[in-house]
Formats: sequence, structure tokens, C-alpha cells
Amino acid sequence: MYWNKRIETMSRDELMYIQNERLQKMLRRIYHNVPFYRSQFQSVDLAPEDITEISDLSKLPFTTKQDLRDSYPYGLFAAPLSEIVRIHASSGTTGKPTVVGYTREDISNWAELCARAFVAAGADSNSVVQVSYGYGLFTGGLGIHYGAEKLGASVIPMSGGNTERQIMLMKDFHSTLLACTPSYAIYLAEAIEQYGIDPGEIKLKSGIFGAEPWSENMRKKIEERLHISAHDIYGLSEIMGPGVAIECQCKNGMHIWEDHFLPEIIDPNTLEPLPYGAPGELVFTTLTKEGIPVLRYRTRDLSVLHKEVCECGRTHVRMERVSGRSDDMLIIRGVNVFPSQIESVLMEFGNVEPHYLLIVTREGTLDNLEIQIELSEELFSDRISNLEELERKIKQKIHSVLQISAKIRLVEPKSIPRSEGKAKRVIDKRNLQGE
Amino acid sequence: MIKQVSVFLENKKGRLSEALEILHKNDINLRSLTIAETTDYGILRLIPNKPEQAAEKLKEAGFVVNQTKVLAIEVNDSPGSMLTVIKGLSMSDIDIEYSYCCLPVHEHKVVIILKVSDSEKAIELLRQSSCAKLIEAEAFA
Ligand SMILES: [Zn+2]
Repeated sequence: MYWNKRIETMSRDELMYIQNERLQKMLRRIYHNVPFYRSQFQSVDLAPEDITEISDLSKLPFTTKQDLRDSYPYGLFAAPLSEIVRIHASSGTTGKPTVVGYTREDISNWAELCARAFVAAGADSNSVVQVSYGYGLFTGGLGIHYGAEKLGASVIPMSGGNTERQIMLMKDFHSTLLACTPSYAIYLAEAIEQYGIDPGEIKLKSGIFGAEPWSENMRKKIEERLHISAHDIYGLSEIMGPGVAIECQCKNGMHIWEDHFLPEIIDPNTLEPLPYGAPGELVFTTLTKEGIPVLRYRTRDLSVLHKEVCECGRTHVRMERVSGRSDDMLIIRGVNVFPSQIESVLMEFGNVEPHYLLIVTREGTLDNLEIQIELSEELFSDRISNLEELERKIKQKIHSVLQISAKIRLVEPKSIPRSEGKAKRVIDKRNLQGE
Repeated sequence: MIKQVSVFLENKKGRLSEALEILHKNDINLRSLTIAETTDYGILRLIPNKPEQAAEKLKEAGFVVNQTKVLAIEVNDSPGSMLTVIKGLSMSDIDIEYSYCCLPVHEHKVVIILKVSDSEKAIELLRQSSCAKLIEAEAFA
């Protein structure tokens, strides 16, 4: 089943033809409307006309999250505010959020791509879609919502939290598709068991889960406990939001909707493009975005692209489950955490060059963050209560910056391993890939 | 007042003996040793005969160390003697942050280490006391 059979199954030649056409238009748009991109072109002595083939794209510079931050709030918008109908912003990082704007056309395309995702996950107009992603500035809730409406499904805009009510409505409204983060799906499954609800009363058939890393093992758990087919969905607000790519029933990678996005895989160190099948960092160029198109945006997500036609009949490339990050960003309970944020908090406590280690574990479905901090002489005290007070203050500050609760653990100097070059800052024991 | 050397110790096997080894190697004698602990770490509090040297050698070995001035008072080794001292401090609104025992200097006497909220006030009070005597660092050297 497809939402848009012609596009989803068109030959790769035809797809590339569309991509090329749209790329030309997009490059002219950003060159003329966004000073940042014009100077990017100028920095390599090129004009949009010089990019005649998709392979020429690699001559152009990348765009990074920092570029988006630097242009806060509207610097990279390629449409006037009069044409912008929606604004989203990312959270969870220090300082200014990254802001993205959508024109009416962008919202319509986004809904189209999410509708394709729903159908790939087995939904149709008879489906009852429970959206348990957060609504608001976060793209998850509204993005998915519009797609489900476009599909003609009955949408329950639950947003996150309030588990008891989620389950009551799931049961009473006969929800057939659940959209949320994978860890919340497991949490809901456990709660359903705890409440002693007869599985027959839950009508769920499938789910689309994303916005945080998860594993095959988690998929198995979700599928077994909720008796559904669980589909990985990929997206990021800088590119669009959820629905950039979706897993079909074959579950051998997520189809990236290539009529709207041009994916590349690069070596994150040399920045050279890599061929299909090679692991590297995902880079996206948007082809149809009007509000905030992006040129060669470095996602920092590590994946592999496969272009062989899928058994489902879709021709759009498949990206493997994201295997990690090319920077040191962690996603803990859905929040983006950079070690540098923690470092700056520690510096406020008089640690000039703090030595710390972040240890992330997963207990059941909940991520735990422990921050080990080497105690310095100036922070040391002969009184336990002073040290406990220090721990409490650091914990509080971390919480106010990151909105997550961490266990603070003071350790002796030099007890955190040093390695040549880059200090080891993170030990992620969640084993998201290999479980 | 005398100097106490405090050492931060993670709850790891062998850490205490490593610290003591360093003191032993440098011929430093201890008049008292206590550990205040939490689940993750402890604070080792020492009254060494040579506090400066003890602190220096421990620091060299990578320990986090601090030196704190504490009161050492000598009371009779008899029931109620400590109570009288504590009561006196309490009546003058002096809080005791922590306290522990120390090897005696004289026969039939006990030495108690006290960390209080207001040392100067405490010293003044103890000087007037008939049942407690302040011990100075020289007594331990
Ligand atoms: Zn497929």
C-alpha cells in the first residue's frame, strides 16, 4: 500500500530528474533570498548556474547547526514572514534555540510526507491515530498530526504524559496507531500490563516511533508487548521534522522521500562524499522547502544509505537506523545534551578546567545520567555536608540548564581516564545498537 | 588549636591503605584517624604529628587534601566530663560540626577533637573552664 504510488515507486532515473530540477530552483532561491547562502556560494566562487548536476553539489559548502544558531531567529529564512504560517524551534541546547519557519506549501508537503509514512506503517483513513508526541514548538506532535489528518485518519491529539488517560482513551477510542517516542511506547506497554487491562481491549495495530535512538531489541519488546508492528520514523526540525524517512513493512531501513530531500553520506573527518553502502554522516539538502531551505545540512547522525529497490516496491533510498553521532551529542530522555553544556556549568563552580565523565545507562526504559566530577582542592571541604551541598547545587544547575536530572558523583583527581588528544567525556552504556 | 589534615577518598578498594602508606614512608605518626563517609566517598580526617608534611606528601601523591584548624581539648577520663564541656559550648550558642577522639597526651586524661562554628568564642570559653584544657600542636609534635 502506498499513499502516492506514482512518486513512491517511480524509477530512480525519473526521481533524479525531479531532484535535479528542484535543486536548481532551490539553489536560486537561497542564493537570491538568503545573504548567508550567497556568501557561501561566493566563498567557493560559484553561482547557482554552475551546479548543473546533482554530483556538482559536493562543490558547495556545508550548513551546520551553528549556522542556524548564528542566524537566530530569522536569518536563514528564504521567505518573508508574510508567507510563513508556522514557526517551530528546537530545545535542549544552550543559548538560543534553532528556529525554523514553514510556508503554507511547506506545511502541505510535510503533511504529504507524513501521510506517506502512515501508509507505509499500515494506516489508512479508517485508522484512529493517537499522537502522543509533544505538541508545541517541538515538531513531533503537529508534524505527525497534519499527516494523519491528510491521510483522513481520526486523530487524537493527546500530546505526551498523563499515562493513565492515554491508556483510557486508547482503549475507549479504539486507537489503532500510536505515535510517540519508543521509550514512551514501552512505558505505556508496561502501564497497560500493570493496570491489568485485557490486551484484547487495546486495538493498536501499529506504531511510528522516533525522536530518540532505539534498538532492534526495543522494537522486539514494543512489538511483543503492544502486539503491533513498530516502525522507525526519522526527521529533524532543521530539515522538516518527523517524516523525512520512514520504515515500510520490510523494516530494512527507512525510505527517505527523495523527491523532497537530497541525502548524502560524508566522511565526518575528511568531509568527502561516500558511496552508497558506506557508513558516514548524513547530510541533507532540501529540495522543496520554501520557509527555510537548507543546503548540505550536516545532521551529525551516522547512518548508511542503500539505493537498491526495496521489496515493498518503493524506489526511494533507505537509510539504516541511526547508529550514533559524529559529534558528542547525547539524547537523554529525548533531550539533546552536549558535554560542553555540562562543562560550562561545572566551570561556574570554580572548576577552571573541569574533568568530568558522563555515564549514560538505561534502566528498563528510563535513561539515567551520572556525572562524575573530579574534585578539586578548592571545592573540597572537611565537612560531608559541604560536599553534599556542592553536589546538590551542581545537580540543580544541570537541571535548570538541561531539564534533566543527573546523579552527581564526586571522584578523586586523575581517576577519570585520560587519553591522548580528545578527553573521553562520555560512556554510553545504553547499547542502543548492539543489544 | 591544632591542624587536622582532611583527605578526600573515593570508596575504592585500597585507597585508605595507599594514603596511610605514604604517611608511613615519610615517618609521619598519627594521633587520630577517623572517616566520615557517604555511599560514594569518605573524608579521612587525620591528626598527624607533622601536619604540613603530611598534607604535602599526600598532595604529591594526587590526593585532594585540605588543612583545617580544630580544637583539641583534654578532659578527665571520667563519666560526665565531656558532657560538661559540650553543655558549656551549647549554652554559648556554639555549634559542634563534628567531634572525635584522639590519643591522650597525659595519663587518666582524654583528648577530644572538636570542630565548632565559632572557634574564637569556644577558646575563650574553654580557657575559663576548670574541667577542660586546650591542647596545642606542640603536644603532638
Ligand atoms: Zn520498503
